Amino acid sequence: MTNHYIDFRNADVILNMGSNVAENHPVSFKWIQRAKDRGAIFIHVDPRYTRTSTKADIFARLRPGTDIAFLGGMIKYILDNTLYDEFYVKHYTNASFIVNPKYGFDDGLFAGYDPTKRAYDTSLWALEKDENGIPKRDMTLQDEHCVFQLLKKHYARYTLEKVTAITGTPQEDLEKVYAAFGSTGTPDKAGTVLYAMGWTQHTVGVQNIRAISIIQSLLGNMGIAGGGINALRGESNVQGSTDQALLYHIIPGYLPAPRAQWATLADYNKTTPASKDPRSVNWWKNRPKYVASLLKAYYGDKATKENDFGYAWLPKLDPAQDASWLNLFDEMYKGNFTGFFAWGMNPACSSAHSGKVRQALAKLDWMVNVNVFDNETGSFWRGPDTDPKKIKTEVFQLPCAAFLEKEGSISNSGRWMQWRWKCTNPPGDARPDGEIIYELFRKVQALYRAEKGAFPDPLLNLKWDYETNGKFDVHKVAKEINGYFLEDIPEHPVDKKEYKKGTLVPSFVYLLDDGRTSSGNWIYCASYTEAGNMAARRKKDDPTGLGLFPQWSWTWPVNRRIIYNRASVDLEGNPRNPKRALLKWDAENKKWVGDVPDGPAPPMGTEGVYPFIMKPDGVASIYGPGLKDGPFPEHYEPLECPIEKNIMSSQRINPVIKIFEGGPDTFATCDPRYPFVCTTYRVTEHWQTGVLTRWLPWLLEAEPQMFCEISQELAKLRGIANGDKVFVESPRGKIWAIAMVTPRLKPFVIAGQTVHMVGIPWHFGWLHSKDAGVNANRLTPTVGDPNTMIPESKAFMVNVTKAPKEPAKKAEKAQRR
Amino acid sequence: MADKSFFIDTTKCTACRGCQIACKQWNMNPATKTTQRGSHQNPEDLSFVTYKLVRFSEFEENGKPVWYFFADQCRHCLTPPCKIVAELHSVSAISQDATTGAVLYDPKVKVGEKDFKAIREACPWDIPRWDDKTQGMAKCTMCVDRVKEGLLPACVKTCPTGAMNFGDRDAMLAMAKGRLEQVKEKHPKADLLNHEYVRTIFLVVDEPRKYHTFAVAKPETVIAALHESNVLVGS
Repeated sequence: MTNHYIDFRNADVILNMGSNVAENHPVSFKWIQRAKDRGAIFIHVDPRYTRTSTKADIFARLRPGTDIAFLGGMIKYILDNTLYDEFYVKHYTNASFIVNPKYGFDDGLFAGYDPTKRAYDTSLWALEKDENGIPKRDMTLQDEHCVFQLLKKHYARYTLEKVTAITGTPQEDLEKVYAAFGSTGTPDKAGTVLYAMGWTQHTVGVQNIRAISIIQSLLGNMGIAGGGINALRGESNVQGSTDQALLYHIIPGYLPAPRAQWATLADYNKTTPASKDPRSVNWWKNRPKYVASLLKAYYGDKATKENDFGYAWLPKLDPAQDASWLNLFDEMYKGNFTGFFAWGMNPACSSAHSGKVRQALAKLDWMVNVNVFDNETGSFWRGPDTDPKKIKTEVFQLPCAAFLEKEGSISNSGRWMQWRWKCTNPPGDARPDGEIIYELFRKVQALYRAEKGAFPDPLLNLKWDYETNGKFDVHKVAKEINGYFLEDIPEHPVDKKEYKKGTLVPSFVYLLDDGRTSSGNWIYCASYTEAGNMAARRKKDDPTGLGLFPQWSWTWPVNRRIIYNRASVDLEGNPRNPKRALLKWDAENKKWVGDVPDGPAPPMGTEGVYPFIMKPDGVASIYGPGLKDGPFPEHYEPLECPIEKNIMSSQRINPVIKIFEGGPDTFATCDPRYPFVCTTYRVTEHWQTGVLTRWLPWLLEAEPQMFCEISQELAKLRGIANGDKVFVESPRGKIWAIAMVTPRLKPFVIAGQTVHMVGIPWHFGWLHSKDAGVNANRLTPTVGDPNTMIPESKAFMVNVTKAPKEPAKKAEKAQRR
Repeated sequence: MADKSFFIDTTKCTACRGCQIACKQWNMNPATKTTQRGSHQNPEDLSFVTYKLVRFSEFEENGKPVWYFFADQCRHCLTPPCKIVAELHSVSAISQDATTGAVLYDPKVKVGEKDFKAIREACPWDIPRWDDKTQGMAKCTMCVDRVKEGLLPACVKTCPTGAMNFGDRDAMLAMAKGRLEQVKEKHPKADLLNHEYVRTIFLVVDEPRKYHTFAVAKPETVIAALHESNVLVGS
């Protein structure tokens, strides 16, 4: 999130699209209601009419997987009706930047496409630079190669008629949404966007987010109170998990994971983002300081200038390796893994194409399942149609403590790091995850010390001293993440002040690249300082009146509550919306008042620094040449779709997605055997695969069994009555569900043809309760977004049939095939 | 401590069912075995162990879906017909708390099936429930044990949106009437249900029966019950 849940209350228009906020983030609806109480317009755009839709002032229905068409139409509407914020667009975005004349777009393909590689030569999309390396601009926005003109041209094709033909959304609904959200393009209005997996889990997932980034940049909604782009995270600490790099492509603090072609630290540091424009702060230029400090946190005294601070000990990805989820399980399926830790997750239910995952688990020698309860992953060997005698995988179950049974922090969607205290001991042998990891690694180290091994240095040199009186100490970890001064610094280059060895670093501004500082995660530097544990703060002061609560917990970076906030002021540093003043330049005392600004530099004026300090060019990217599938979002159909031809172009699917072929990976497009669009989702009463909630009798009472939402029209077509048992089948699998026949779902009219859609939740699994049902991901395909490889679980094709009447036990057996 | 009331603003209810679960938790009521019946409403109805139930009602109107949520519970009547009928049948299970006005059932008091049926029928909102094993009656307690300690009822405490409200009766009536005025601008059919007679005041924006069969009691039903009570109490 750029903003915070509480900040929803400051919005004039709230667009909830690609998520179902009332059902999946129920408590956050408090702040939407506050906005509504003030007269804000709440818009819900979704394939289904949900509990969220009941509270919407405007509800618009769209076919799953057509968000770019919907948003592309909005871009065109904003441009055609001059609803954009001209000042903001000119000064704070790259609309005026000139693009390489080799850039082009024709019939669904951007310039530089190589069909044999299914990849683009993205160098053709680069921004033009002058002889000093500074981006060329045309502040009149008239140059035919400037971003603004290219944007206009690209989205001119997204007419209301075409958008309706693709999305199935009636034109009048499109116009209602466009006009309402477009009304926030003036400085006194704020529009916010709330999204979740409904936007990301597509083969165009990243471009969905890019599309709304363009809209929010055009409307001047980034960096302001009541604005922003807000990813509603699906787990309380999923923000924290990405911050701490629980993904293959990064190391803590969003530093790129080292790759084999960067053999030395100097090679790695050569990839540091650079800008020759003196007006661009380009904060990422400081990256070498953060890498050196991270390595010092990892290897302590063993990390020296002479040995590259131990950079050689870090594992390296192969030059172009993609080690993301789908590829990982594909490799496991091919037998390329020996062991696997399934820690706090349940891939046998949560993963796309979970049937393939279950087969993959059987190829392992061992698996360790760490969870609060047993789950379908830990018990896959005794699952439906599995003969335990034929499974070689040795499974170890480690019970861990639940959140109330341990101390530590979680980082929520709004980037708040909040400390939590333990309120009771875990039952039996269950232990906090941190303790398990700590002790596990101690034992690994001891084994390497005793028996050596192929390459023991990374393991033996790792500093692993997070204990007090022989017990794992979570405060020591939190302090390590913040970072220490490792030597006495008599005169720090930043403020000429003295800092003592062993004290905590006050903020990442003080981190150095020479080994004199450590920090386990630079963006968290300032969270645990000599002044104490900032995450444990609970003061309710609200000096701006905007609900920033700067002394409640702590927000990365440097307690900045709304990021990009320099974009909320004019060139002189005055708030563009005085009624919701987030930041103001106090010229007399030469300082900013309000939120923590994006850097202390004075206002931009005519020669000062640009507001988007994390972007290499200092401005918001309307044009984004850094992605694999194009600098502008373009509509492509999902891999499995109901129409033969993409209405926008000859490219039916995203031309750069990876196609998994063979084995269990089969797909069906426009296949009469699988005629209906299917989408997966969650409900309020259960969480993720239900590992925690299915064991809670009150929640199971409220949502006991797998269901399939079906429109009245489709029910009639298939002879299905409400409450009937049905089979839902895709090329990957077949599951049973109870039909929920409802007027809340409607068939779509897509290019003149009727397209039916069904929806299924993915909370259920065979382990518990016994009659809860089979999990939805048995149906979803192995295919992902080309940039992130997030699976396309929100749009795929299925068939739905009424289950034949048979004795209950027989029916259950049948579905377990 | 003054006379208390709930104000349930259905326009702010997202049917998260936090209230339903919090009620079960505070009262330590067990879950019942349910199945998916083609609706999110589960359990299907109030019971001896379910005092609070979010009812889901969906239908189509002018080609558009309508979906109403009704967080049903005891109305804690100013003059509870169930209590009067119970007394008529010499059933001592029902009392009314003098300070808060909460109508309280003692589930330990055995009530015959016939007597229970008469008590249930006396309630225009169909709230009382009975357990055929223990022969006790149960329903919403207003969390009077919490309220007397200065806490909000569990359902109100857990509600994120402001749909569930609780406080002194005067304050709740004022809040309800104020909100009604606001809501009426957009929804001319909006109304407060039986607010003169009950301590659980629902605000709805459409015909009450579209929410739930027993959402509202016809005024004549209530008056009849009151009339009956006066006569009976007097005799």
